[in-house]
This record gives sequence, structure tokens and C-alpha cells, in this order.
Amino acid sequence: MSLILSIKPLAAVLVSAFTVPAIISSGRNPNARESWTFAAAAVKFLLIASMVPVILSGKEIYFTIAEILPGIPFAFKIDSVGIFFAVVAGFLWIITSAYSIGYMRTLKEHSQTRYFAFFALSLSATIGAAFSANLFTLYIFYEILSLSTYPLVAHHQDEKSKVSSRKYLGFLLFGSIGLVLPAMIWIQMKTGTLDFTVQGIMTSGDFSKTEIVVLLLMLVFGFAKAGIMPLHSWLPAAMVAPTPVSALLHAVAVVKVGVFCVVRVVTGVFGVKLLAHLDAGVILAWIASFTIIVSSLIALSQDELKRRLAFSTIGQLSYIVLGIALLTPAGIKGGVLHIAMHAFGKITLFFCAGAIFVKTGKKYISQMKGIGRQMPVTLGAFFIGALSVIGLPPCGGFLSKWSLLEGTIQSGNTAFLVVLLVSSVLNAAYFFPIVYNAFFFSDKSDFKESIDEAPMFCVVPLVLTAAISVLLFFYPFIFNTLADMFVNSIYGG
Amino acid sequence: MTEQLPGLIVIIPLFAAIFASASGWLNRNYPYIISVLALTFTTYASVVMLIQTAGGGTLNYYMAGWLPPVGISYRIDALSALVIAAIQITALLNLPVSRAYTEQSFSKKEAPFYGLYLLFITGLTGITATEDAFNLYVLLEVSSLTGYALIGMGTNRSPLAALNYLIIGSVGASFYLLGIGYIYIKTGTLNMTEIHTMIYPLLSESPTIIMAFALCVAGILTKAAFLPMHGWLPSAYANAPNASTGIIAPLTTKVMIYVIVRLGISIFGTELAVESFNMSWFLVNFAAVSIIAAAFKALYHTKLKKILSYIIIMEVGYMVGGFFAGTPDAMTGAIIHIINDAAMTLCLFIAAGAITTKLYEDDIRNMNGIFTKMPFTAIGFVGGALAVIGIPPTCGFFSKWYLLKGAFAADQYLFAGALIFSSFINAVIFFRIFEKGFFTGEHHHEENGSGHGSVITEASLNVVIPLMASLGFIIALGFMTGKIVENYISIII
Amino acid sequence: MEIYNTISANYNYWIFIILMFIGLYGVIAKNNLVKKIIGMNIFQTSIILFFISTSAKLEGTLPIIKNAGHKGGGHAVHASDYMNPLPHVLMLTAIVVSVATIGVALALAIKVYRNYETLEEDEIREKISSGYSGEN
Repeated sequence: MSLILSIKPLAAVLVSAFTVPAIISSGRNPNARESWTFAAAAVKFLLIASMVPVILSGKEIYFTIAEILPGIPFAFKIDSVGIFFAVVAGFLWIITSAYSIGYMRTLKEHSQTRYFAFFALSLSATIGAAFSANLFTLYIFYEILSLSTYPLVAHHQDEKSKVSSRKYLGFLLFGSIGLVLPAMIWIQMKTGTLDFTVQGIMTSGDFSKTEIVVLLLMLVFGFAKAGIMPLHSWLPAAMVAPTPVSALLHAVAVVKVGVFCVVRVVTGVFGVKLLAHLDAGVILAWIASFTIIVSSLIALSQDELKRRLAFSTIGQLSYIVLGIALLTPAGIKGGVLHIAMHAFGKITLFFCAGAIFVKTGKKYISQMKGIGRQMPVTLGAFFIGALSVIGLPPCGGFLSKWSLLEGTIQSGNTAFLVVLLVSSVLNAAYFFPIVYNAFFFSDKSDFKESIDEAPMFCVVPLVLTAAISVLLFFYPFIFNTLADMFVNSIYGG
Repeated sequence: MTEQLPGLIVIIPLFAAIFASASGWLNRNYPYIISVLALTFTTYASVVMLIQTAGGGTLNYYMAGWLPPVGISYRIDALSALVIAAIQITALLNLPVSRAYTEQSFSKKEAPFYGLYLLFITGLTGITATEDAFNLYVLLEVSSLTGYALIGMGTNRSPLAALNYLIIGSVGASFYLLGIGYIYIKTGTLNMTEIHTMIYPLLSESPTIIMAFALCVAGILTKAAFLPMHGWLPSAYANAPNASTGIIAPLTTKVMIYVIVRLGISIFGTELAVESFNMSWFLVNFAAVSIIAAAFKALYHTKLKKILSYIIIMEVGYMVGGFFAGTPDAMTGAIIHIINDAAMTLCLFIAAGAITTKLYEDDIRNMNGIFTKMPFTAIGFVGGALAVIGIPPTCGFFSKWYLLKGAFAADQYLFAGALIFSSFINAVIFFRIFEKGFFTGEHHHEENGSGHGSVITEASLNVVIPLMASLGFIIALGFMTGKIVENYISIII
Repeated sequence: MEIYNTISANYNYWIFIILMFIGLYGVIAKNNLVKKIIGMNIFQTSIILFFISTSAKLEGTLPIIKNAGHKGGGHAVHASDYMNPLPHVLMLTAIVVSVATIGVALALAIKVYRNYETLEEDEIREKISSGYSGEN
């Protein structure tokens, strides 16, 4: 695997960080401020996109910023899965920025400057995490992400936001400082390095089997952004944030960073072969399965739309973890692919929830009977997003679910196959009623007969992401290729 | 010229002190100008020495040409150069800050204030530079006495707090003197290098020497505010005038830790220091207890400066525990924490001083929305707080890294647990303040009850620039950790 | 007899220990601020005495050398004949430090007195907790 030295990773990360002062200083002029955000998002995505061909041709890009601790550089190394994640996050930021404008301005939200500034900073941290070359750099960006999303979660500044944001930060910091940091130091102490290597670094230190399992669990739970139960409560709590925040961060950036960390830990630190040898993946797979089933059940009971979506996200994240934990080529491919598919699907769903709130002020599903008459486009997009998340054709989610199913068969553990099928049924059970009630409840509806959608800035993005969800089914574009590359790199072609 | 520097760096501030307090008769501004000139020179000198000693060089200076063991010699090695640089930079940064406050607190006493300030720096620099154990005692008392006076210069409760500090501090220094006496009886010399050569191999088992070490350490720990001899610190620092806390809080306790490191490494030797009598086991666990106790006390109080004082006690616990844990990584952590903590404390106390001066009060319950009105102060405070919690890439994270690593290697799990636990408590403490400062009172147009009527504006430039500079140091020190460790600290250990 | 010998041989150390504890007792147990300061001074003085007592030698004389220096040469000097002057010199410094400390301490005590009109520590604590703001 030949390496190319380039400053592009650093540039891509810092682009949005540099626009933060510009955003703050143009706070008086909302249009100027928003154009800064767009400019940053566009430049960032272009930089990321320009690096894709290089990765596709089989090389990797690296850049070392500094060697802060002896032997542990603060460095970037982009490989297939890194650029995969970066493309997803970078692209969706552009769309979310457009959506944010519609949402925030219609609701006349306060502190919009602070919102956009911290949003830019969070995206910097996300891309930084995607490009990290070792566990240490990943940890640094993980922490920066936690902190820069805190003001976004606490945006409304009322009692409920304060309590929820405390919970948010509490869970995340407990995981990172209390679990990840000791585990990371312990690993570094024994192996002397933290770089992500193809077959992991654990073989160079001498670890007992219990040590490996304990460290694995510490790292997986410690990266609490992955939402594995019981460290999941922060996700529903964080729904107090404005919907664009929930959409991008809690469907795409924050949670995907968490799950991305798990991917890195399993494949780059521990190594698939080592874990398979020790049969340690099974423990992780069971924990993920538990989370999937329980979160789907809880989702059924939630009436607030965003909370239902939150629990759905928890479940979907654990799909990814399950895929990885199966330690089979198809499983890993399915998990990685689901990062993208779920991102597009879920963001559509959140956009719809926000559009409904903007237009009608409704937050609860029980209040949304017959809304399909008034907002058919929105609810149509919701339907497509739901299809993708459940995993039905013609949406992209079908492809990732198929790979996951394949993975369970490959692993020989049919219990997980059952888990996947049951949870898909549950997913349908909590999504379809919403759509059904929206369209087929004509009498006693609270809504108008004529079409009256949310503002353009809100509707266009959600249509776009829904369309892409469908498009991905037919043309998985580079996502499929990159996922395949990643799996090949693990299993040696 | 560079050979003269170790001597000059102590003598220049000494004479400048005399000039500064005398010139107050002529013109009100002269003392300040003289102080700035003197400290600029010493900062420059310390940087030169830093460059010279990188990688293990030493600078020797013999007072009046008398060689040891007859004369008093000053010796700067890599460790001293680091600490001296830290002292000078802190002093220089704090000068404009104190200028802003002297006008408010004691306008007629500016000249003596600057005289005391410079004498204080003389004392601290001398402690770090000297190689003679008794000379260290003298300079210790010089810095202590000026410290007492600087603290007692305020109003209200500061004279009592200063008197309390004086009594306890003098008892501590006297213990140190007694320890020196024991050493002198046994070795007949007061030069540190000579003492070291005399102790090994002949006297290391001698009970007198062990007793001497215990006495010296006990005395210095009293001055460093290590539990249970910490009682003087909260009242002294909380009640001191803002002009003085910026210089006393970051430096006093840290230089005392330097003295302990010096005692341990250069005079008595690490085997004696760490392995005799299981003293290290006792001290490290006691340090762990003190960390947790201090953390809880900080949580309980509501006065900002008192909270910061308890955090200082906690940091002292880190350093003492780290040093006595005995492994190279832990000692590295303790030494690098000396510098990092000086930077963090400087940042926090400048910010706290700015806030309490503007608000005329100290209670955090009344600090609603203060950060939105004082953005730069807020950034400084947030930066310092993140460093204390231990978030990368601030310097606080890296000292925690080394301390944790060393604690694991030494099997000191209670200490490691205390480190992690205190990070959580710090997070709670600081985020409580952040919530108050950022998120409260923005939309509620009620009176705060203080009814000052005046608009609260940002602190003056005198304060903001040093604050930003110290924040810059926090981050820069974080990135330079590797270089510092390689070039300066590993040589010593 | 053994014990008696040990004690009498090191009587200087015993004296200084007793003085030290008297001083410490004063610092800790006494209520009046000035008495605390005096206790601190006694403590420091005991240490000074300890140092000086180490400089004495059996049948040593004053450490002043006659007929040395300007005549160029002079006799060889046996250090064991003279008492050790170094501790004396060091203790001069220590005494100066002690004096300076007391000066600062008393100045602070005066300021406290001006604020609270009493030098008894328990009364001062009462006044603080009852919110006495003081004169300054």
C-alpha cells in the first residue's frame, strides 16, 4: 500500500475551523454568515472529493502534524473507510446547512451565530476523526467533537436543555475519560504504539485473553457515541436540540464517529484475525443484538417523533456494530455500507420531523393524523427514508441489510440472522403506522385539505436526501467500491 | 555573557526591586516600567538558558568566584531552566494584569507592590537556580515573606489569612532548615552535588540521612499545601487581592514541587527518595486521598477563587503522587505538570480576577450570563478549565497521560483511579460554571439582584492580552510536550 | 546508667527538642495571635540553637587565626583545633530571616487588630462568621 504525503487532510479538517472567526464576525449579517458556512462546506467537500480518486487507485494519503508524545504522532492517514466516512459527512453538511437556514430562520431562533460557528467546528472534528491515523489522534478529535456539540445540544437554554446537555456530556466524558483513556494508555504501555494497522497491534504486546476482552469492551463502551446500551441514554436526551442538530449530528456525524471508532478499534487495533481466533467477537455481537432488539421495542412505545427516531438510531448503530462484530467479510462490508445508507435515510427522516415542526408545531405522532394531505412531499420523503432504514428495496438500505444478512450466514451463527430479521419487522412496526396515519386518516384530521408545505429551504434538502437514498440502491457509487476495498485490505484480497 | 546569566537572573530583579520601590517617589509610573524592564531581561535570559541546556548541558556560576564546597554555586540544568523560564514568563504576563488592578485595590502603594513583586520573583528564581542547600532556605524565606506581604496587602480578611499562612509556612521552612542541619552534620557540606556524592555509597543507610529527607520533604510539602498541611491555601488565595493572586497562585506551590523533585533526584537520589521505608507507597496513596478530598471540597464551594484554590491543592496531589510513584513516566508527568499547571493556573486566575473585579463579587451563583458579556475572558477561562479537566490538545491532558501511564506501571491503581475520578469532578465543577456563565440569564430580563446598573463590559486590554497569551501557552505546551520531554526531562530522570 | 549516659551525652539535642515542642505547642494551641507568633519564634530559635550546638568541639577554641595573611605564609592550621564557624555564619542568616518574619507577622497582626479590634483568634472567627466587615 503506497503512501502519499499530502497536506490535503489537514486542509480539509481545518477549513471549517478557520471559517469560525469569519462566521462570528459576520454575525450581524445573516446572509454573509450563512454564505461563509456554505463556502466552508463546499470547499471541504471538494477537498475530500479530490482525494477520493487517489484512494480508489489503491494508495493512502498521510500527513503527520506533530509528534506530541514520543512514539505517538498526531497524524492523519486516509484509507478506504476513512474517506468513505468523510464523503458522507462532508456531503451531508452542505445539505444540512441549507436545511438549517430554513429551519432556524422560520422559527426565528436565537444565537444563530453561535449555532453556525459550533456546527462548523463540529464538522472539523468529525473529518479529523475520519482521517485519524492512530487511536490517540482519534481520541483527541472525539473529545473536541463532544465539546463542540455541547453548545449545540444546549441551544435552547431552557431547563430541559440544560438537564439534557448535562446528561449528554456526562455520558460522553464518562466513556472517554473513564474508559477509553485508561484502556488506551494500557495498550500503549504494552505495545508501544497506537497506530491503526491492518491486523491490529495487540499481537506485539503480550496480552492475556481476559485482558483483550476487557480492553475491547472498555473501548467499545467508552466510545459512548456509538450508543451501545447501557451507554445510550444521551441520544434521546440530545433530542432537545434543534432538529438540524439532531439530523446531522445525531444521525450522521456524532453517532457515526462513535461507530467509526468501533470499526477502527476492532479492525485496526485488535485485528479481525486475533479476535476471531479468541472468539471475542461473539460477545460484542450479543451486546449489539441486545441493543438492537431492546431499542426497537422502546421505539415502539415512544410518541414523540424525534424520540422514536432516536431509539431507531440506537438500533441502527448497533446493526453496524453487529456487522463488524461478526468478523466476516460480508458482515464488515454490510456494517460499513450501512454507515452511508443509514445516514442518508435517517437524515431524511429527521429533516421531515423538523419540517413538520416548523410548519405545524407538532412534535407528537398522535397529533400527526392526516398530515399527509397537507404535506405530501414531506411525508412521501419520510416514507422513502423509512424504507431505507428498514432495509427494503428500492432503497439503499436494502443493500447494506443484505450484506449484513450474508455476514450472519457466513459467521455460521444463525442466532444473529434471527435477530436481524426480527428487528427488521420491529422497524417496520414503528415506522409504517406513522406513514399510514399520515395518509389514510381522512376524517377528523387537524390539517388542511390543500397542500401547504414547509419552506423551500426545508423541503428541498429532504427531497434530495430521499432521492439519493433511492439512487444508492441502483448506483451505490463509490460507497460500494470503498467498502469492498476496506474488506479486502483486512482479508488480504 | 552567558556564563554570568545564572547569577544575573537573580541579581537583576533584586536590584530592580530596590529601584522600583524607591523610584515610586519620583513618578507613579516608574515602578511599573522598571519591573517590566527587569522581567523582560530575565525572560530573555531564561530563554537563552533554555536553549543552552537543551539536551543536557549545564551552566555553572560561582558566587564571587569561590568554588564549591567553599562557595555558593548556582547551577542551571535542564530542569531548572524549564522552571525558571516558566517563572519568568508567568511573572511577565502577570505584570500588565496587576497593573490593571493596583489602581483599584491600593493606589498609593504601587511602588512597594512592585518592589515586593520583584523580590518574590528573585526568591523563586533563586530557589530554582541555586545549588546550595542553605541558600535555598534563604531564598525560600525571601519568596515566602514577600508572598505573605503580597497576600496581606488586600482588604478585609486578607491580613488574617496571610498571618495564618505565615505561621504555617514558617514552621514548614523551619523543618526544612532542620533537615539541612542533619545533612550538614553528617556530610559536612551544603553543596547539593557534593551531598549527593557523599551520601552514595557511604551514608544511604544512615537513619540521620533518611530522617533528614523526611524532614525536608515534610517542610516543603507544608509550603506546597499538600494534605494535611493545606489549610492555609484556600483562605490565603481566595482573600488575596487580585493583583497578587495572578503571580502567587501559579508559582508558589509549583516551585515547592520543584524543590521536592530536586531533593529527590539530585540530593538524595531516587533510590532513597522512593524506595525507603515504603514512604512512596504511603505518599502516593495519601496523594490519591488528597486529590479526591480536594475535588469534593471544590465541588462544595461556591466562591470562584476558593474553588480554584482547591483545584490547586488537587494538582499538588497529582504532582506529589506522580513523583513518588517512582516510575520514569510518572516522574515525567509530575515534572511536566509543574510547567503545565503554572500555565493553567495563570490562565484561570487571570480570568477569575477579571470576572470578580467586574462583578464586585465572588459567588458563582450570581454570575448569570457573564461569559456572554465578556467573551475573551470566557475563552480564556474555558481554555484553562479544559486543561484542568484534561481534554486534549491542551497541556493538562498530556501530563495526565504520563501520570496515568506511570501509575499503571507502578501498580498504583488507587492513584490512577483518583486521577480519572478527579477529571470527572473537575468537569462537573467547570461545566456548572459554564452553564451559569453562558446559558443562564440570556433571555430572562430579570434583575440579578445586584442592581449595579452599570453595563458589564469586557476586561481591559491589560488583562485580556496576557490571558490570551497564557491560553496560547496552554495549547502550545500541549503540542510541545514531546519535545520538552525528550530534550529536558528524560535527561534528568 | 546506659540511658543516663545517652541522655547526658546528647543533652543539647534534648534541650532543643523540648524547646521545639514548646514552640509548636504555642503555635497550635494558643489563641492569641501574638502568642502564636512568639511560639513560632521559639520554634525557629530552637533550630538555630541546634545548629550552633553542632559547631562546638571538645577543647576547640575560637575560630580566629592569629598571624595569618599579610605575613605571607604562617603556620599550618589544624581544623580540629578550632570550633566550626560555618554554622554560626549560617545561623546569622537564619536569625535575620527569623527577625524579618516576625516583623512581617507583627505588621499583619497590627492590621488584623485594626480590622477586628481583637487579637484572640476565636473572637475573630466569631466576628467573621457574623459578617463583621471591618474598618478597612
